[in-house]
Amino acid sequence: MQEDQKLSALLQEDYIDETVQAYQGSRFKVVMKRLFRRKTAIFGLAIILVLVFISIFGQAVAPYDYEAYDYMNTLQGPSAEHWFGTDHYGRDIFSRIVVGSRLTLGVALSSVIVGAAIGAVLGLLAGYYGHFLDSLIMRSADVLFAFPDILLAIAIVAILGSGIVNVWIAVMIFTVPSFARMVRSATLSVKSSLYVEAAQSIGANDRRLLSRHIMPGTMQTFIVNFTMRIGSAIMAASSLSFLGFGADVTDPEWGAMLSQGRTYMDISPHMVLFPGLVIFLTVLAFNLLGDGLRDALDPKIK
Amino acid sequence: MGRYFFRRVVQTIPLMLIISILVFLFIHMIPGDPARTLAGKDAEVSEVEAIREELGLNDNIFVQYFKYMGRIFKGDFGQSYKSGIPTTQLIGQRMQNTIKLVLSAMLWAPLLGILLGVISAVNRGRFLDHLLMFIAILGLSAPGFWLGLMGIQIFAVQLGYLPVSGLNGWKGLILPSFVMGIGCMAEMARYARSSMLDVMREDYVRTARAKGQVERKVIFFHAFRNALIQIVTILGLQIGGLLSGSVLTETVFSIPGIGRLLVDSIFFRDYPVIQALLMLFAFQYVVINLIVDVLYGFINPKIRLE
Amino acid sequence: MQQAKLLEVKNLRTEFPYDKNKTVPAVHHISFSMEEGEILGLVGESGCGKSVTALSVMGLIANSNGIITDGEIYFKGQNLLTMNKKQRRLIRGGAMSMIFQEPMSSLNPAMRIDKQIMEAIQLHTDLDKDQARALARKLLVMVGIPDPDRVLKNYPHQLSGGMSQRVMIALAMSCQPELLIADEPTTALDVTIQAQILELLREIQKEKNTGILLITHDLGVVAEMCDRVIVMYAGEIVEVAVCKELFQSPRHPYTQGLIASVPKLGSGRTSLPWIPGSVPDLLSMPKACRFAPRCPYATDKCRTEKPDLLEKAPGHEARCWFSESQQPVEE
Repeated sequence: MQEDQKLSALLQEDYIDETVQAYQGSRFKVVMKRLFRRKTAIFGLAIILVLVFISIFGQAVAPYDYEAYDYMNTLQGPSAEHWFGTDHYGRDIFSRIVVGSRLTLGVALSSVIVGAAIGAVLGLLAGYYGHFLDSLIMRSADVLFAFPDILLAIAIVAILGSGIVNVWIAVMIFTVPSFARMVRSATLSVKSSLYVEAAQSIGANDRRLLSRHIMPGTMQTFIVNFTMRIGSAIMAASSLSFLGFGADVTDPEWGAMLSQGRTYMDISPHMVLFPGLVIFLTVLAFNLLGDGLRDALDPKIK
Repeated sequence: MGRYFFRRVVQTIPLMLIISILVFLFIHMIPGDPARTLAGKDAEVSEVEAIREELGLNDNIFVQYFKYMGRIFKGDFGQSYKSGIPTTQLIGQRMQNTIKLVLSAMLWAPLLGILLGVISAVNRGRFLDHLLMFIAILGLSAPGFWLGLMGIQIFAVQLGYLPVSGLNGWKGLILPSFVMGIGCMAEMARYARSSMLDVMREDYVRTARAKGQVERKVIFFHAFRNALIQIVTILGLQIGGLLSGSVLTETVFSIPGIGRLLVDSIFFRDYPVIQALLMLFAFQYVVINLIVDVLYGFINPKIRLE
Repeated sequence: MQQAKLLEVKNLRTEFPYDKNKTVPAVHHISFSMEEGEILGLVGESGCGKSVTALSVMGLIANSNGIITDGEIYFKGQNLLTMNKKQRRLIRGGAMSMIFQEPMSSLNPAMRIDKQIMEAIQLHTDLDKDQARALARKLLVMVGIPDPDRVLKNYPHQLSGGMSQRVMIALAMSCQPELLIADEPTTALDVTIQAQILELLREIQKEKNTGILLITHDLGVVAEMCDRVIVMYAGEIVEVAVCKELFQSPRHPYTQGLIASVPKLGSGRTSLPWIPGSVPDLLSMPKACRFAPRCPYATDKCRTEKPDLLEKAPGHEARCWFSESQQPVEE
């Protein structure tokens, strides 16, 4: 269907000429335009922006002191004063969630950034240099993959012990292999299409090829996976905290709050409902944004 | 096919070997002196020495590994520090519950997911497609442990329809199975949809239409059969996800399975049990992937006829 | 009463949606007809609307998201566009069938060849399984496959490109169609195989008197095969003529360019070194003559007024303001 391909290429006028300098700028605009056409992606983005806002200002936007005990008002259900109710010490759950967003988002974001960076570098090296390095890196990734997602994190916590720092390390490590694999395959496909050019441009050394040609080529898949991965990191970190391996029980970490709320489930289900709902919405937001980005960045989809 | 199968089996050997080394080294990766950690902070020097001797930590590390592997091949995974019961026995008691749980989710989640994904793909761009994919992304994003707890609260505590915990009868399985499977179903639905959409763009689907075949059969015999070859490739990953999901599900529903055992053992630092369970989980996962690969080879004529 | 033509396309317009509520026409009001047993060539650069035309006739354009917004298509006097779905489906693969550019990917990789041919046979006949299989075998023999019994049991990946195209032809011929649409049937094949496949198509046409709509960008193929030729440019027909006449005295500058850019007939060259520029973007189509921006003879008139497709000589139509005055290209 040569003709149809041609046609769809024509219809996506922005993808016709990749050599135009102004292309980068206009492409960004096009992607944003396509992204904003998807309501669900905007919904996700809006939630993320709110979360980022409250995680920066934390206590400043919270209506109560998140640590203030109030024994007169323990285990209160949702009300005008306490939107999400209070916990067994009378602490305001809404304020704890607001303040805890910094911890939850911070752990997820930073661990995925570090994990993705390490994974990307390993993937680039494996894909670009191939041979022994490739086998070494990819077989190591296989071994890590032999423990399905959360189990790998649990295994790492089992070695290092409980605690939020160890959860961070665990999430970071289990992010690495997926990015290594992804970037490797993207590198391989870009490399094969660039071989001719690489041979022609005698001056181009490895570093230049990697940074100028291969990196931008892998960006698209990278961005999408990165976004989705933050969602799964939040899920993994809160799961570990729920199991009791993660954040300290006094920390306002969402998973830990939920875990504590379990004890009071029968009388105060809101102690479980709200932290869980917030985890749900946060993960959902990142997934929706990731989906939106995937569609917006994919030239095949209109 | 024979060669393909043989190659796959051979490929898992080094993988299992490396996993066994990692699991063996596990005890050495614990920061600090493992014997000291095991004996506890207030232990006497002699106690620590005794443990060191018992663990064989004084031996050369290679000797330790070979001794360890030798015991494993005899089915000896050591004894639980906590209860003194042989690890294999401890795991054996609980294995049944986990298998029940995993199977209960495996029976519906992937199939329903594939079905929904195909329905979505066929109705691409319509309301039904958007609806199903929205449900899928909700299922993907909902924390299972939270769904489980809320489910217990609503269906067991408030309405009294289902038992609060445990695996009593088929009723006891409903909620845990739902919580276990929902993520897998969502993941499969999304993947099945995109595979179907890929395949429906293929030339041979157009050929089938050009023959005058009815659309229903074009989709089932031509598109779906080929999409299934792609879909099967992620089945292993998904079943692995179910296995690891058992850790959370068993905790939420207080089911005495190996997932719960792993969590408890980590709390008690019951290292022989942890080691054995990690080995078991990795082994199961490798075997599942092997089975999936064989299945893939079987349904893909390019490999079957190799 | 005049006998109905095999195929008659009137004023066909096919559009593709590209944005919310916006469409772009890929085929722009084209009309042509075909006689029984005729081999009609449809030539043009990729993107000119050849395949869109073929898929519109075949009734498969909706599956590529295209919409027929205007015109009529008559097959043996019946209007295909007003028929119900079932009638339309029964013609497809029965009296009208199609072969494609990529034979390897046009066969279902998860199905044996016998099943794929039998499927087509049983959709349009009452034959049982064994009869259908016997017919499938006969068809494979007809298309020149030396070991039909082996091929019947094979999967597509076990066949070469040329073999696959033979199988595709067998499949398309399975219900004795009166019209065979061949969309670039030899483009993906080696030169020697190309010649064999063309030879096979010609034999089929002679034996069964099947009309063939041959879509190609290769003028060499056209010269060898066709009775008449339609030249398309940017979604419009620019020239129609009997094959010999077209090569001897092309009237449209685009056709002249196409012919001049073929160094030797049959070599299968696709690039047009001397026609400057490229097919205009469908979204920014010139209002008047669509070829004007690339035409060496273009004047102001060409850029402001649209020429019609007019008969310049008996049976020879062209869409150009100047085609009367132009000299035939020197060979």
